[in-house]
Amino acid sequence: MRILLIEDDREAAAYLTKALREAGHVPDHAGDGDTGAAMAADGSYDVLVVDRMLPKRDGLSLIEELRTKGDHTPALILSALGQVDDRVAGLRAGGDDYLAKPYAFSELLARVEALARRRKPEAAETVYRVADLELDRLGHTVSRAGLPIPLQPREFRLLEYLMKHAGQVVTRTMLLENVWDYHFDPQTNVIDVHISRLRAKIDRGFAEPRLHTVRGAGYMIK
Amino acid sequence: MTGLGRFVRTTAFKLSAIYIAVFTVFSVFFVLYISYSTNVLLNQQLRDTIATELLGLSDQYRVGGLPAVVEVIEQRAHTPGASLYLVTDVSGRILAGNVAEVSPELLTSPGTQPIIVRYQRYAGDTGQRTAMVQVVRLSGGFLLLVGRDIGERDQFRQIVSRALVLALVLMIALALISYIFVSRRVLKRIDSLSATSRHIMLGDLSGRLEVTGSGDEFDRLADSVNAMLDRIEHLIYGIKDVSDNIAHDLKTPLTRLRNRVEAALGARPDPVAYRAALETTIEESDQLIKTFNALLMIARIEAGSSDGEMAEVDASAIVRDVAELYEPVAEEADVDLTVDAGQPIMLKASRELLGQAIANIIDNAMKHAAPGEGEGRRLAVFISTAREGDTLVLRVADNGPGIAPGDRERALQRFVRLERSRSKPGSGLGLSLVAAVVRLHHGTIELGDGNPGLVVTIRVPLMRDDG
Repeated sequence: MRILLIEDDREAAAYLTKALREAGHVPDHAGDGDTGAAMAADGSYDVLVVDRMLPKRDGLSLIEELRTKGDHTPALILSALGQVDDRVAGLRAGGDDYLAKPYAFSELLARVEALARRRKPEAAETVYRVADLELDRLGHTVSRAGLPIPLQPREFRLLEYLMKHAGQVVTRTMLLENVWDYHFDPQTNVIDVHISRLRAKIDRGFAEPRLHTVRGAGYMIK
Repeated sequence: MTGLGRFVRTTAFKLSAIYIAVFTVFSVFFVLYISYSTNVLLNQQLRDTIATELLGLSDQYRVGGLPAVVEVIEQRAHTPGASLYLVTDVSGRILAGNVAEVSPELLTSPGTQPIIVRYQRYAGDTGQRTAMVQVVRLSGGFLLLVGRDIGERDQFRQIVSRALVLALVLMIALALISYIFVSRRVLKRIDSLSATSRHIMLGDLSGRLEVTGSGDEFDRLADSVNAMLDRIEHLIYGIKDVSDNIAHDLKTPLTRLRNRVEAALGARPDPVAYRAALETTIEESDQLIKTFNALLMIARIEAGSSDGEMAEVDASAIVRDVAELYEPVAEEADVDLTVDAGQPIMLKASRELLGQAIANIIDNAMKHAAPGEGEGRRLAVFISTAREGDTLVLRVADNGPGIAPGDRERALQRFVRLERSRSKPGSGLGLSLVAAVVRLHHGTIELGDGNPGLVVTIRVPLMRDDG
C-alpha cells in the first residue's frame, strides 16, 4: 500500500522508508509540514504517518486541515509526547492512532496495516470467518469446525479484535488499547496470559493452530 | 526613589487619599445642606411672624383707626427683642415706630412679600443692620412697615457653619492621622514581606513569611504565599531528586548496555553471539524507555500539567476492569486475587491514571509479596472499594511480609527499592506513580500493616470544590 511518511528526522525517515519497503509497501517521504501537506493533498495514499512536531507546519494542524477539506485518509501520529492528554489531543485533531516515540518498528507496521484495513468498508460484516473458525458478532457465539466454543465476554472481544484484523499482526499494546481501553504499559505479561487462555480454548484439540505468536511483534489469527 | 515619592506611591496612601476625598465631599455636602435647610427654616419663621403681626395691626387699624395702631406699636416697640415697626403718612413722615430710617423707595412701594433691606435703628446709627420687612398700605394712605432684624439669624447661621467647618477640619485631621498610622503599619508589614521574599529569591527556599497570628489580611496573604513556597520547595526538591535518581538509575543500565555492546564488538566475530547481544540490547533499551516514560509521567502528574482527561467514572468498575486484566496472570502465578467492588462509586477522575495506579499496586503485591521458597503459603491479594461519607476508600491488601513501619514513607518515593526487592525486576517507580496519581486526585495514600501483609489504603474525595 502507499504510505506517506512526514517526518523531519532524516535518519529515522530513512530507516522507516527502508523497513516499510521491505515489508512490501510503497513509502514516500516528506521532510517538513508544508511539503507533507502538498503531497498528502493529492489523496492517493492509503495511510499517512505524521510526526507531531515538524518544521514549517506541525503535524496536528496538518491533519486538521486535511480533515476540514474532507480528506479522511487514515493518519498515524508519531510523537515524543506520550501522555494521555497528548494522545487525546492528537485524536481530537483528527488522527486515527497515536504512537509515542521511541517505538518498535513492528509496532508501527502493525498499526499502519490496521489503519489501512480500517479504510475498507466493513459495514455489515456481522460474522468473521477464518478458515473453520467463526465468530458471530451479533449472536456473541464462536465456533470452530461447527463445534461451539464458550468464551468469557472479554475473551470474545479479544478474539473479535484479532479476527477483525485477521492476517495482520496485532501487538500487545494494540490489544490493551482496543480490548481494554487502557494505554498504559502493564509491567507484567498480562496480555500474553489472556492470549494463551484464548488459545487453549480455540486451538486445543485441533491440528492446525489459528492463533499464532509473531515473535518480537505480537499475535495473528490466520 | 525619594522617601516621599515612595510614600505617595503606596496603596495605603492612595486608599487614604480616596477616603479623605470622599469623606470631604460628603461632609461639605452635609454642611451645605444643613446650613441651607436652617436658612430656609429661619426665613420661613421670620415671614410667618411678620405676616401675623401685619394681620394683627391691620385689624387694630380697622377697629380703632390710626391711634390704636400707634398705641400698640409704641407698646411693642419698646419691649426687648421687639420687631421693627414704622407707620408713616402719605408724605412719608414717621408717625410711630422704632426705626429711624429706611430707604424712601421702600415706603412708596408696598409689596406682598417680605424683602431684605438695610435700615437705621436710631438717628446716627452706624451699625450695619439688615432686616426682613414688609410694607402694606393702610386705608387713608398710611403706610405700615413690620419687620424683623435678621442679624440674629445671620449670627445663628454663622455659629452653625463654624461648628460644621470645625467638625470638617477635625474629621480630615483624624483621617490623616489614622492614615499615617495605618499606612506606617501596613508599610512595615509589606517591607517585612518583601524583605523575606527577596531573601527567599536569593536561594533560601526554606524561608517563610512571618505570620503574626492576628488573622488579618496580611496573615492570610502570608499563609497563602507560604503554602505556595511549600509547594515550590517540594517541586524543586522533587526535580533535584529526579535528576539525582536519573543519574544513578538510568546511567547504570546505560553503562551496562554500552559495555555489553562493546564486549560483543571486541569478541571474535560470531553471528549467534552478535544476535544475542543485539537482542539483549533491545530488551534493555525497552526497559530503559519504560523507566523513562514512567519518570516523565510522574513528573508531569506532579507538576499538574497532565490530568489524564478527568471525567465522571465509576471507581469500582475500574477496579473490576483492572482486576479482570490481571486475573489470568494471578491464576498462573498461583495467587488468589479477590475483588469486592460491587457498589458503583462515581467520581471525577482519570480512568487511565486510576487504572494504571491500581494495576501498579496489584503488580507490586504480586511481585513483592510472593512467598519465598518453602514458605508454604499461598499469596492472596484482596482489592476492595467502599464509600465512606464523601470519600472513596480503595484498599489493596496482601498476606506477604509487608513493609516495616520505618520504610513505608520511603517506599512511595521515586526509585526507592527496599532491600527485599533489590533482586526483583522493576524500576522502583511503581508506587511513586501511584502516589502521584492519588495526589493529582487530591487523595491520600497510606501503607499500613495487615498483620500479616501490606495494606495500601487510598482515599479520594468524591467531590471537590475546585471543580
